[in-house]
Amino acid sequence: MSSVYVLTTHAVIVEEHCSFTLPSLCHASGARTEQVRALVGEGVLHPTGLGPTDWQFAGDALARTRRALRLARDLELGMAGVALVLDLLVEIDDLRIQLQAHARTPVRTH
Amino acid sequence: MPFKDYYATLGVSPTATHDEIRRAYRKLARKYHPDVSKEPNAEARFKEVAEAHEAVTDPERRATYDAIAKRHAQGEDFDTPPDWGSGFDSAGRAHNPNDGARQRRGPHPAGDAEDFSAFFASIFGRGGPAGMHRASADTESMQGRDHHAKVAIALLDAVLGASRMITLRMPTQDAAGNPALQERQLEVNIPKGVRNGQHLRLAGLGAAGFGGAPEGDLYLEIDILPHPVFRLDGGDISFDLPITPWEAALGASVTAPTPAGHVQLTVPAGSAQGRKLRLKGKGLPGKVPGDLYAVLQIAVPPCASDSERDAYGALANAFPNYHPRANLEAQ
Repeated sequence: MSSVYVLTTHAVIVEEHCSFTLPSLCHASGARTEQVRALVGEGVLHPTGLGPTDWQFAGDALARTRRALRLARDLELGMAGVALVLDLLVEIDDLRIQLQAHARTPVRTH
Repeated sequence: MPFKDYYATLGVSPTATHDEIRRAYRKLARKYHPDVSKEPNAEARFKEVAEAHEAVTDPERRATYDAIAKRHAQGEDFDTPPDWGSGFDSAGRAHNPNDGARQRRGPHPAGDAEDFSAFFASIFGRGGPAGMHRASADTESMQGRDHHAKVAIALLDAVLGASRMITLRMPTQDAAGNPALQERQLEVNIPKGVRNGQHLRLAGLGAAGFGGAPEGDLYLEIDILPHPVFRLDGGDISFDLPITPWEAALGASVTAPTPAGHVQLTVPAGSAQGRKLRLKGKGLPGKVPGDLYAVLQIAVPPCASDSERDAYGALANAFPNYHPRANLEAQ
């Protein structure tokens, strides 16, 4: 295996400083156009703009799209199922944070 | 390299039907999928499961694997015979990424063929350079594909920013056009304020373009490692600050840690257990900077000596009318 040293000086936070068009989101995430359209249709992605040619996606669309694609492929889900899973995961994360806050209060059992 | 028992990984018998294998994979995928699971080592377990499924769900690959499995046990040393692949179609497919049926359908960070074990690769090949497109005959130019990787960083690096060296294995092509892995060392300037799960874009560090088209980009997903003192919740950071009962009752100025160094904190008189003291804007930096919370933990000192017991006795005598369980007794 060959080894190459590259000095990188410029990294930007995608979620804060980037936005995507439909083609650039497909390029960055590896999604097909129809998959992104389906995710928009299910409310997983929220672009601004009147139609697909005008769509602008916020930076966090990249992570959402990649996560949705992984779930769709690995669990063999349709996009409606993916949307439900993503909603439930958000709810579970909220509950876990609440649970952790409670768990830090020491409980003694007799 | 050790032999892998893919049937054991999936929890099925070597004589399992295709449907049984599929059911076992689906059940394990739901349990260990890294986007869903909070099981310890979920990502590593899912990779094992995905690799096993990839190996035995396809009839040709399964036949190839079964022929080897007859002669090996789990963990036993395994070497690919020198003439391996001459009788098996699947061994040669690694060099033909455009061969339709077995191509993966998209990015697969948890279980890309290129991410599978050396054992898998020695039998079935690497599955082609997933990180690049091949230009078709009528394509004059095409931007290089974007690459993705995950990097773990310390919480303090996220708060303060840091320059860190990372090593990545990138799919590429050798001089003969065959898929190969190239090791790249990158010095990445981690911008301060990056949050867990966010991505960094390193422009032009993805796959090479074709026909003069630009290179793709490299995206790094940030995984912030747990810190022994500071806990992260989005952009906010919190930590437990132990105080004595008299500091809680009388108020005090105490030294407290922050990611940027120690500060003096004023504990208000009459503070209760669990009270949060907020240091506005001292969490993760950003457009909307997070806050830092000191969560007061009242530590009750043990009493070992007579004078310490006397001190608690004096405290009890000083509060004859204090009944913290009054509302419970009234039930």
